[in-house]
Order: sequence, then structure tokens, then C-alpha cells
Amino acid sequence: MINIEIDGKQIQTENGSTVIEAAHQAGISIPHFCYHKKLSIAANCRMCLVQVEKAPKPLPACATPVTEGMKVFTHSEQAVKAQKGVMEFLLVNHPLDCPICDQGGECMLQDMSVGYGGGQSRYHEEKRVVLAKDIGPLVSAEEMSRCINCTRCVRFGVEIAGQMELGQAFRGEHAEIVSFVSGTVDSELSGNMIDLCPVGALTSKPFRYKARSWELSRRRSVSAHDSLGSGLAVQTKNNRVLRVLPIENEDINECWLSDKDRFAYEGLNTADRLTKPMIKQDGKWQEVEWQVALEYAANGLRHIANGAGAEQIGALATANSTLEELYLLQKLMRGIGSDNVDFRLRQSDFSGDVKQQGAPWLGMSVADISRADRLLVVGSFLRKDHPLLAARIRRAARKGAQINIIHSADDDLLMHVAHKAIVAPDALVEALTQVSKALASEKQGQSASGEAGAIARSLAGGERVAVLLGNFAQQHPQAAQLQALAQQIAALSNGKFGFLGEAANSVGGYLAQAVPGTKGMNAAAMLATPRKAYVLLNVEPELDCADPQQAVAAMQAADLVIALSAYKHHATEYADVLLPIAPYTETSGTFVSTEGRVQSFKGAVKPLGETRPAWKVLRVLGNLLKVDGFGQDTSEAVRDEVLQGVDVSAKLNNAIGGVEAKAAPASSGLQRVADVPIYATDAVVRRSAPLQATADAAIPQVRMHGEELKKLGVQSGEVVKVGQGQGSVQLFAVADDKLPRGVVRVAAGHAATVALGAMFGTITVERA
Amino acid sequence: MLSLQITALIDKELKKYPADQRQSAVMAALRFVQDEKGWIASADMADVAAYLGMPQMAVYEVATFYHMYNLKPMGKHTLTVCTNLSCQLCGSGDTLEHLNKRLGIGLGEVTPDGKYGLREGECMGACVDAPLLTINNKKMCGRLTGEKIDRILAELDKQ
Ligand code: SF4
Ligand code: FES
Repeated sequence: MINIEIDGKQIQTENGSTVIEAAHQAGISIPHFCYHKKLSIAANCRMCLVQVEKAPKPLPACATPVTEGMKVFTHSEQAVKAQKGVMEFLLVNHPLDCPICDQGGECMLQDMSVGYGGGQSRYHEEKRVVLAKDIGPLVSAEEMSRCINCTRCVRFGVEIAGQMELGQAFRGEHAEIVSFVSGTVDSELSGNMIDLCPVGALTSKPFRYKARSWELSRRRSVSAHDSLGSGLAVQTKNNRVLRVLPIENEDINECWLSDKDRFAYEGLNTADRLTKPMIKQDGKWQEVEWQVALEYAANGLRHIANGAGAEQIGALATANSTLEELYLLQKLMRGIGSDNVDFRLRQSDFSGDVKQQGAPWLGMSVADISRADRLLVVGSFLRKDHPLLAARIRRAARKGAQINIIHSADDDLLMHVAHKAIVAPDALVEALTQVSKALASEKQGQSASGEAGAIARSLAGGERVAVLLGNFAQQHPQAAQLQALAQQIAALSNGKFGFLGEAANSVGGYLAQAVPGTKGMNAAAMLATPRKAYVLLNVEPELDCADPQQAVAAMQAADLVIALSAYKHHATEYADVLLPIAPYTETSGTFVSTEGRVQSFKGAVKPLGETRPAWKVLRVLGNLLKVDGFGQDTSEAVRDEVLQGVDVSAKLNNAIGGVEAKAAPASSGLQRVADVPIYATDAVVRRSAPLQATADAAIPQVRMHGEELKKLGVQSGEVVKVGQGQGSVQLFAVADDKLPRGVVRVAAGHAATVALGAMFGTITVERA
Repeated sequence: MLSLQITALIDKELKKYPADQRQSAVMAALRFVQDEKGWIASADMADVAAYLGMPQMAVYEVATFYHMYNLKPMGKHTLTVCTNLSCQLCGSGDTLEHLNKRLGIGLGEVTPDGKYGLREGECMGACVDAPLLTINNKKMCGRLTGEKIDRILAELDKQ
């Protein structure tokens, strides 16, 4: 600790910190632009000049380390003169177009001019003009003359996003922020540059000219689009969501948001929103009153339950439904006598259900990930499935943590990967077994060879080891074995293991008991052995389920399909009743994040049209079907019914026992590897036009090792026909030599591939 | 694609730096490209980036920062005239005017036959010889007068 004095205040601060950090700790503000607590120090704007005793000239507070006994004056005559001087220079070339600037009202430059700017400009020459750039559908760089060249956007790219997509080209007066050969900024974290830009140079393209910042009201919410539970400030005007910004929380999303969280709202009010209840009569859809639709649905369910039997009814929900919705859905099903309810729609191995001791979760806190010094990530499209967790891991890697990967694809994670084993899906269990064995022999002082040995040694050398199972591992047909092996590996390396949850309520679904008991059928079983009736909560079966062919066939064969949905989707083809329910911005609810953090939120706007929150719809259905316990007045009452008196942390448990080591069924032919593209994960995201215009939302390709393509006589870039079961689709083939042999990578969850079958399994490829 | 000659030169340069600091060779690598091709295209920058394992954008930053790198074809002989203060006081204006007249091109331009290009340069640290110009950044010619420039051009014409 070091003692310094700032503006006469005695301050104790850590050795090695800078003057600006010490000042901020003590609540003293120093004007600044380029300094940002999460980025490296550039010291290029000079706004933070302060007077330091015995220093001959003002010093930049952001780049000056504290020394014992240092005396700093932030508002002395010398300091203020320097700050005003810098401000005058910054404004020399600034267009001062605040009245038409989206940053107006929330602009650091504007605020700072109030404090330090002159009333009049002494500059009469021409201002410099920097031409507009088109860097993609999310970030607008239309007014680059406003840029003050602080390089925050550049440093964010390099240090947090892991990708230098913007840079400062040319020099001096001609310096400008550009992308390489006018390319787009494709990072899945690019929107943060908008927040970081202290002026109006980088602004939100979808929000452009929609409102002035001071007209917006702000509601707290929680992201529905991944399992991290990022805090959202949902900004609205005239009952419409116009913008989403991060709410800072160091333990969750820090000050960042993924582009998915930030721009998904654009998918909320699309033309295909379902705003009135509808029923199908004589093959024609008709808008009806709520009462009619609900009674129709209730009668239908009663009819099937009394006739074919309640076990002929199945309920499927997506894992980004709220805790309250999931809870009431399962309560309704159990109330009418069916145990068939599930929210794990893309999972294929449910053998762990009875062997598992609690709700699968991250197994550690999110902050623990930053502290880990050795990580093993198994079966994860890490960057796209968990953009902000990936950024955390990236930062850990920059600080020296060793990252090890076992997976069936080898995407660039934009971080240093110490060791990796990239194997076909049916070899994943074996790869983990090898690491586990290598760790065991490592303990006896024997060194194993190969990648498994290298990974084992890396883990054995760590003090804080984390083993993480990604979406791919959870959806894998041998998921339970992978879990048991991860458990073994974590135990052998004295570390923790857990799941990178797939969706906002992957943990909450378990707490809400939206999983079948021993008598019930899980998601896969319900579709493999079709039921006579289905209740769908937020589900688009062809996009949300592990096997779209099977899911659609089951829906089409059913006598009754009741779809609770915010959108008129393909359900119009097979459903009988469509009930318009509110997306997460229009209802109150709760998500339990992957680390077990329970976060409730309120609706930011009123439900659109005749839309109702799903928990209310389910409550009425419960009452109509005369099921007990559907008298809750508020969603909070539902939440309390689920969680009151429950110690959530006691319910979280990844431990699994009694899993037999079984070899994968011998596979012949090519195996499919399917990711769910980042902007295909849920109904809202799929409809966000700006997100769908990004490079990440491009039509999926068929990716195979170059040698495999050669065997088929196909050139990279040619169209091929890929088939599974009865269905096939034609897509472009691309050689990707980083994939293992015998593997075909085709994305799932995307409209272009819904004709295909299961996410895992054999797949055929032929010349089109 | 970088030619074998260029990669051989870069490899030699890389020996000066630690193995994990390949990007230290970026300025030299760009110079080798320009020596061979006369200028550095974006594709060359991308190739240099790939060869040194650094972001393309970072190469672009370097290439655009130093004005000695030609970002477009600048003729077989690029004449760079210093226009900073000392040279200006000693008559770099006349130098430029003479070159304009002789070659029929202004700053940043190339003669139609692609033989000469004219650029403006910053102080070359040889003010004692002002006014001066360099030929392809390699050869410096000082104490310029009209006749001396004519002699230089006659010499270059022969090449
Ligand atoms: S665009 Fe914004 S963040 Fe980037 S350098 Fe300019 S002012 Fe800074
Ligand atoms: S904040 Fe210190 S120089 Fe920019």
C-alpha cells in the first residue's frame, strides 16, 4: 500500500495503480476519454492531465503510476488550464453536430465540454473531414469526423473480442479509424464498441435516429438469449423497446453485452407476431376471443385425457421460457395426469436423469472461470454459444491460464489454446477417457504421450482447474458418459467441473421440475413415440428440437397441438390452437443463470395486442381444467411457490454415479457435427433483422475435410446434396481441414437445414 | 503470394527477434515487398500478416503510418522531395516546380509511361544538403538545382 494525496485528501492505494485509479477509488473524478478500466492504457487523448507536485509539467493521470507521498491536484489552476487546452484541441476538428447526433445527451465529449470547453472557438480554418465507413449491420460508422481517435474501439477488439478488426490507419492529422480493406466488423461482441466510443462516431445502426436518449425510459431486465444472465437495461418509448444496453455487474457480464443480447430486441415486433388467439376450423385459421381459444384448448386436452389417456399428452418448452412458465406448465400436465414434460429439446441422451444428483449447472461461479489457471473445455462452440464467457476465458488466457480443448470442430477461439484434441463425435468419450487415464498415470509419476498426455499434464500442473462441458457435449448421444468422465478428470486434477448452460433457464427448468419423473417421457421419447396431443411453450419444433424431421412428423400426426407462442410460425401447418404469449420484454418472470443466480425481472412494455403473459395463460388453463393450485395472482407468487424456502445452491449438483462405460454404437459412413448458429438459438433472435444480416447468420455450409471432399469428387465451393433419413438439402460445400476425417459439419436450428434429421448420427453427402 | 525471395529475406530478418515476436519483422517485410514490386497492395499486406501471424489490420496500420511505403504504384523511380522547413527555405518549391515541368506530373502522380512518380517527403535528417530528394527511398540527392535535377533525370532515363 502506498500513501498519496489527491486534492488534499489522504488516500491509501495499491502499489502499481495509476493516479486515475486512485482518484476513482476515492470518488474524485478526473476528466478522461481514452482511459477505460477494462482496457489497456493508451494515454493518447491527454484529457486527464493533472498537476503533480515537483513535476515540471502536467502529467496524464491515466498513465502515471502512484508513488509514495505523491501530491496530485486535479483542479488546480495548472491542471484546469491544461485540461481546457486539451479540450480546445479536441474540439478543433469536431463537427459539433450534437443536434443530429445519436450520442447527444449521453456523450462524454458533450459533458466534458460543459465543464472544460470554451464558449467560443478560436479556430476559424476548415475542419477535417473523415469519410463514413460501412462496417456492417450493427455498428454505424457514418460520422467518423466525430472520432477523437481515443482508440478505445481498437483496443476493445484486440484485448476483449480477441480480433483486431478496427485499427488506426495513417498518421497525425490524417489518422482515422478503419477496417482492413473496408471489411465488416464481424465480432460477436462488436456492439460494445458503441458503448465504449466516448463520442458519436460509433453508434447503434438499428437504433439510429429512432429517439433522443433522454426520451427513453429504462427497465431492468435479464438476457433471455444465453445462460450467463447478463443484466439488461431495456429502453423503451411509446410502449416499444428501442434499445438494449448492459447493466454492469462485475460477477456476470461485467460492463459488456454480446451482440445477441444487445440487438435481439429488433426481433420483438416483427410482422409475424401473433397478437390474437387463433383456432383452426375446417382447415382455416380464425381469430377468436381468448375465452373461446382457451376453452377450445382445455376441451381438447380433456377429451384426449379422458379418451386415449393423459399419457398421450406431451408438453415441450424451450429452455428460455421463464421459471414461472415452466413451473405452471409442468403443474398443469401433472394436474391432468401426464408426466410427459421437458424443456431439454436438443438433448439426446437422457440416461443420466436417474443417476444425477441435482440440477446440472456451471459447477462454479462465473467469476471462478476468470480465476482458473487451467481449463478443459469439452464439446463447445465456445465463442458463439457463450460469447461473454469466452471473453472471460480469453482474458484468463492472456493472463497465463492454459486453455485445453476437446471437441469435434476446431473453430478459431481467438485465444491461445495450449492443447487440443479434435476428434469425431463418436470418439469424444474415448478422448476424455484417455485424458483421465493419463491423469491417473501422471499421479503415479508416469508421463503419457500424445495430446491426451499433454492435456493431462496441463491440468495436473494447475492449482485452480475448471472442466467445462459445452452445448455439444450436453447434446451428445453419450452425454452421461461425458459427464462422468469430466467428473473423474476434475477429481483427478483437484478441480471443479460443470456445464456451460445452453439457454437462459437451463438450470431454472430443473428447479421448476419441468422434467419428466420416472413414469414420464422425456423430450426425445415424446417425439420418437408420437403422442396424440402436444402443448408447445415457445417451441418451434423444427428449429428447437434435436431431430427436426421427427419433431415435425410427430406434430403432423398429432390430433391436437396447442402452441403457446409469440409468433405465428410453422405451427400454423399442424397446430389447432395458437395462443399469443408475451416474449420476455412483455412479462415478468425469472431466469436462473448457469451459475445458479436467480434473477427476476419485470416486463419492460405492455404485451402487444391481445398477447398475454404465458404464466397467466397457463393459470387459466389450469382453472378451466379444474386443476388445484392455480390461484396465483402474480408471477412473484408463482416464483415463491417454486423457490420459497428452497436453498437453490443445495439443488445444484453435477455429481453423477453409476454410468457404465459403453462404446458408441459402431457408425458407418459420415457423422454429422451440428452447431446451432449464434443467431438461430431462439425465436426472438431468429427474427432480429440486423442480427440476421451479420456474417454469423449466413446460410450454413457443409464443411468437410478437404480429403473427404476429394473422395466425393467435390470441389470446395460446389453445391452438394446432404441427406439424413427421408430428407435432404442442397448447400455449398467448403473444405475445412481443421475438421476430423469422417465428419460433416452442418448447422442445425436453421431454416436451411430443417429437412435434415438428428444433430448427431450418420449423414450422407453426394454431388448435387 | 509472397515470392520466395521475399520470404527468404523475412526469414533472415526474423532471426533478429525472439521466436514469439514475429511481428517485429513487419517493417522490414513491407520494405522487401516494396523493393520487389514498387508498391504494397492490400493483398501483400494480408500475406505479410499471415506470414508473421499478426492481424491484417496491424500491418495496415504500419503500412499507412510510414509515408515511405507506397500504397499505390509510384512508377519505376519514385522521387520523393522533402518539403519540410529547411528544404523549403532553401528552395524545395523550385525543385518541385522544375520536376512538374520536366515530368508533367504533380505530387502523388505517376508519368503515363510509368517511369517516374513524385511524392512529398518529410525531413530526411540531412538539412545541410537542402533542398533534397530521394530516389526509391534508397539514394539521396542534395543541393538540388535545375541543372542537377536534369542530370539526375538523364541518368535515370538510361536505366
Ligand atoms: S471511433 Fe470512437 S472509440 Fe474509436 S477511436 Fe474514435 S472516438 Fe475512440
Ligand atoms: S485518459 Fe489519460 S490520456 Fe486519455
